[in-house]
Amino acid sequence: MSFRKFGLGLVAATLLAGTALPAFAQDSVYVPLFTYRTGAFAGSGIPIADGMHDYLQMLNERDGGIGGVKLVLEECETGYDTKKGVECYESVKGKNPVIVNPWSTGITLPLIPRASVDKIPILSMAYGLSASARGDIFPWIFNPPATYWDGMSMIVKYIGEKEGGLEKLKGKKLGFLHLDAAFGKEPIPLLQELAKQYGFEVALYPVAAQDMQNQSSQWLSVRRDRPDYMVMWGWGAMNGAAVKEAVRSGYPMDKFYSVWWPGEDDARAGGAGAKGFKMLNWHAVGADLPALKDIQKHVVDKGLSKAPKDKVGELLYNRGIYNSLLIAEGIAQAQKVTGKKVVTGEDVRRGMENIKLDPVRLKELGLEGFTDPMTLTCTDHNSHSAAFMQEWDGSKWVKISEPIKPMTEQVRAQLDAAAKDYADKNPGWPKRSERCDNQS
Amino acid sequence: MLYREAGQFKTNYVADSAIFPLRQDRLGLGLIIVAAYALAFMGSDFLLQAVLIPFLVFSLASIGLNILTGYTGLLSLGTGAFMGVGAYACYKLMTAFPGVNVIVWIFVSGFFSAAIGALFGLPSLRIKGFYLAVATLAAQFFLQWCFIRIPWLVNYNVSGALEAPLRTLFGIPIVGATATPQTRYLVVLTIVIVLTWLASNLVHGRIGRMWIAIRDMDLAAELMGIRPLQTKLLAFAVSSYYCGVAGALLVFLWYGGAEYDVFNINQSFFILFMVIIGGLGSLIGSFFGAALIFILPIVLGIVLPAMMSPFGISVGADVIEHLRFMIVGALIIFFLIVEPHGLARLWQIGKQKLLVWPFPY
Repeated sequence: MSFRKFGLGLVAATLLAGTALPAFAQDSVYVPLFTYRTGAFAGSGIPIADGMHDYLQMLNERDGGIGGVKLVLEECETGYDTKKGVECYESVKGKNPVIVNPWSTGITLPLIPRASVDKIPILSMAYGLSASARGDIFPWIFNPPATYWDGMSMIVKYIGEKEGGLEKLKGKKLGFLHLDAAFGKEPIPLLQELAKQYGFEVALYPVAAQDMQNQSSQWLSVRRDRPDYMVMWGWGAMNGAAVKEAVRSGYPMDKFYSVWWPGEDDARAGGAGAKGFKMLNWHAVGADLPALKDIQKHVVDKGLSKAPKDKVGELLYNRGIYNSLLIAEGIAQAQKVTGKKVVTGEDVRRGMENIKLDPVRLKELGLEGFTDPMTLTCTDHNSHSAAFMQEWDGSKWVKISEPIKPMTEQVRAQLDAAAKDYADKNPGWPKRSERCDNQS
Repeated sequence: MLYREAGQFKTNYVADSAIFPLRQDRLGLGLIIVAAYALAFMGSDFLLQAVLIPFLVFSLASIGLNILTGYTGLLSLGTGAFMGVGAYACYKLMTAFPGVNVIVWIFVSGFFSAAIGALFGLPSLRIKGFYLAVATLAAQFFLQWCFIRIPWLVNYNVSGALEAPLRTLFGIPIVGATATPQTRYLVVLTIVIVLTWLASNLVHGRIGRMWIAIRDMDLAAELMGIRPLQTKLLAFAVSSYYCGVAGALLVFLWYGGAEYDVFNINQSFFILFMVIIGGLGSLIGSFFGAALIFILPIVLGIVLPAMMSPFGISVGADVIEHLRFMIVGALIIFFLIVEPHGLARLWQIGKQKLLVWPFPY
């Protein structure tokens, strides 16, 4: 009879699960936000979560939602943990979400095959599966504005330009400090391809996830090898620790580059010595734009935000805003394409494919100059946008370059191979049957 | 009153040594199994996919670890990695031989895990307790290193992740994105019931007694003629077999795709907590432990906001998360103080009290 208690628990759980789904009013759109304000990665998760929430909340307060339809926002805490993320997905699935943004590559991967079955589009902004940039193979997945391959090609291009041309890279040595996981290893094939093409040498310095905060052995090797440039692909605590170690080992910081994930706090970790550290970025930092001022006025000043006032406009906060900007645009375009006010996940998928953030539209949104123009189409779910280089001046990020375009040709080769590989390894991967609104 | 022994006479040794000597126990177990199957048709998708399937998967993994830690007394911190071996083996097998039914491969993948488990169990002959835990910790890190570094294991996927291809049973998809939670749940439930029944027979039979003898005093067991090396290795192999199957179920019938990071050290601790809270050396305890550690936080996540909203307190998802941690942590301490032998012991005491209620004299 020992299963009896278990049975009672099950019944209780069933009842709870049944009552826990509140009915949503028909004149609203449900937008779940997967966030991680707890756990080992909360340091970067909190500003991102605040940015995502505050922008959409601002639309609610200022405009009464999008196109007159209120947005119902709900945060689901993932703790950057796949288990909890999948649980979050299951718990929001029944409430007709229009889009899901998992904010973790680990959570994105299990959701990719489900998206087309559940008819919920997935926005994995510059993370997740790079191959999902191919809209013809992954109609439900969106990963704008650039893939990691784009990012790597931009960094190499920038370094090349500083040297006075890519051919000048010949004989140089480039160190690649990366998280030893799918995320960090992804750019390696492209990097090696470029190394072959331009004749530079690559030294790999993998950092295991459990050693993120202790990189002394990697930096010892860096001191021995003396690479001319260092490129970092890190996440969470790894970024701050790397900056600190680089300063400590006396590596010239102006030769130290990173992909777009470090925040202010990571650079601050290096103290005064971190000056000169460079990273890619694709959106403005600071709170001077009209939309951000509206966030201050309508959300932060009213006490509706969890963000401290001085954090508004920081790098990762604005990254969250960019994420929400895409969600809002997807919904707005969906309303335009379908003529409906209350849109569904299927409509937003179509809306996402019609996103066109040109300077005019950005100005309309009060975000003039916030980011480079960006267009998504049925076939291109990424847009491979340009990003710019920014430098840490000791207290803030300073934009130091014009937007750098990725090396489309090399990236394209990687992308097509990866997308084909994914579809081949999953026999029965559905052929795209979703309609396309911008056939041109 | 209804639950009592009176009037049930055992007339032979088989009846006397039965696992469930009471008619009510047998009836209750049957009812639970029927109810569990009925839930597949009555439960919501959320209940099946996010609560019951993972609960069963973790229960199976807990049973695996319980065989090793609870019955044989060998502490292991490599559970996560052994689960990973099962998952990767299953992936390799099902992609290499797509013609064979995936259920077969789920069961076969456990054997790979068993082999690896036995290999890392070798030091257990010489070292015990915390030292063995450290040796299995090495297994955890080594295997996880392999999952990252050997691209062959994931068929050279660029993403480095396991992906669940479409697989069917009697023409109904059970693995892959199109498989419904109902079918997945039925498959997981059946596998867990079959393996639990097997484990129950193992631990109540000769082999189980050997394990328990080793746990209680290995020197005495050796003098009685139990060979420690074989017995300990068998425990490692059987335990890893269960963990391996649980790992395969976790990736292919629950997540539908996973990174190596799923099988990290935290997963090992997670399962170990379930075993300790549930009760060392108890199969039912494995289910209790999985329920307390896995289901309780989910229930709290639903109940807490509902409880606070009438008072006009609206709290964020992160506060709920912190509350979950605190309440579950407090409950764990509470249970360990009240009953250090776990929930299973609590359950046993309850049953004994019930047996004589309402006249306990």
